Amino acid sequence: MNTLAPDAFDVSVARIDNRKVKLAVQELDFYYGKTHSLKGVTIPFAEKAVTALIGPSGCGKSTLLRTMNRMFELYPGQKATGKILLDGEDILRPGLDLTRLRARVGMVFQKPTPFPMSIYDNVAFGVRLSERLSKPDMDARVEDSLRRSALWDEVKDKLNTSGLGLSGGQQQRLCVARGIAVRPEVLLLDEPTSALDPISSAKLEETVTQLKADYTIVIVTHNLGQAARVSDYTGFMYLGELVEFGETAGMFTKPATKRASDYVTGRFG
Amino acid sequence: MVEHIHRAYDDELESLTAELSRMGGLAEVEVVDSIRAITRRDVALAQAVIGRDARLDEIEIDIERRAIRLIALRQPVADDLRRTISALKISMNLERCGDLAKNIAKRALVIAQTDPLTPVTRSIERMGELVAGRLKDVLDAFAARDMDRARVVWQRDQEVDEHYDSIFRELLTYMMGDPRTIASSAHLLFVAKNLERIGDHATNIAEIIMYEITGEQLTDQRPKLDSLER
Repeated sequence: MNTLAPDAFDVSVARIDNRKVKLAVQELDFYYGKTHSLKGVTIPFAEKAVTALIGPSGCGKSTLLRTMNRMFELYPGQKATGKILLDGEDILRPGLDLTRLRARVGMVFQKPTPFPMSIYDNVAFGVRLSERLSKPDMDARVEDSLRRSALWDEVKDKLNTSGLGLSGGQQQRLCVARGIAVRPEVLLLDEPTSALDPISSAKLEETVTQLKADYTIVIVTHNLGQAARVSDYTGFMYLGELVEFGETAGMFTKPATKRASDYVTGRFG
Repeated sequence: MVEHIHRAYDDELESLTAELSRMGGLAEVEVVDSIRAITRRDVALAQAVIGRDARLDEIEIDIERRAIRLIALRQPVADDLRRTISALKISMNLERCGDLAKNIAKRALVIAQTDPLTPVTRSIERMGELVAGRLKDVLDAFAARDMDRARVVWQRDQEVDEHYDSIFRELLTYMMGDPRTIASSAHLLFVAKNLERIGDHATNIAEIIMYEITGEQLTDQRPKLDSLER
């Protein structure tokens, strides 16, 4: 079938009625210079749930992620218009304290980015920027963060060795530990397992599942199986638009739109 | 339907469907021939029906093996997942239809040795035609992905139940009137019950087809007639 079916431009964005929305993106447009890369995106992120963003390369899912802690502002010529409400407060508003925002909305990147320092200092680094903790309190915070990121048992006897000496999977969980050590409310994960082997990926997925008891998590992934396994809600993006959003089980058993269906079944193209 | 990026995936799904259609055709023939064996008192045909049942069992196993392989290697989702699960469930229903036809054929062998009960045999023939028609309709609905045809089969199971009910009464009358007919009447009663069950399997298949097409499981009650409740 080479012609576009009547429903080829269908969009289906479900509402979240039965739980609190932590982060609400409303009519968001994003420009890289003149390139219009997000078009009127409206998507809710439920509190203490995992939302996966899926879609082909260049669809805007990582861009959307980077607007949510205003990471994009590190680069010139990038502009976001619309609203992103974190507990009802628009985080795109000028004059917002970005350091505080990024402490509330943490991020873990595609490739592990450990700092060239000890495992302990990697985790404590962000905390020292925003809080003054006593040594015992800091020890407790580091341990708690490493436990939550499912790394504690593997590193507890070598906290003073360099974070760079860990395996890729361990480094990524170290980055998760660093991300959650500052006690954020939202955790953004940008393809966190794309550089990891299957066992490390499974451990990170387990970590994500445990973290959702306390955090609102948004995960961008190219791995559809991963989206199906870890997320409660899934958003499918295409060409800068949010095409479909809803509960993950529905997305993978009965997608509402033809484009999402073709993508999750491996027919896209 | 747009093709998958992996062409081999399309081939596997299509051959699963093709196997199921083949199985459906065989099951249909088994049911039709078993009824014929009863009405024509045809011993050779009854034996043929009994002999062919093993073929249906083999295809069911083959379909199961293909579906398991698809789930393990392709991780089907959305409509592909529904297709795979439906194939698995429909093949189970068809296999049961085959068993029931085989059972009818075995009874045909016994009934052929007794005096004919012509009027009841006619009733069985009419009920058999109805049930075989249901099975054919539902298999056509499967082949054509035809929601409306599947729904018609699903809604009209009651007619089969009515036939069963009337044959039940008819046979009671015979048995009370002439105890020598009890043995063959009992066999015919089982034949009618088997036909009624084949009708139920056709209804199940209709439900599965509707699920495959819409992704919704049927929750509303279909019209039902239960002789035990009256």
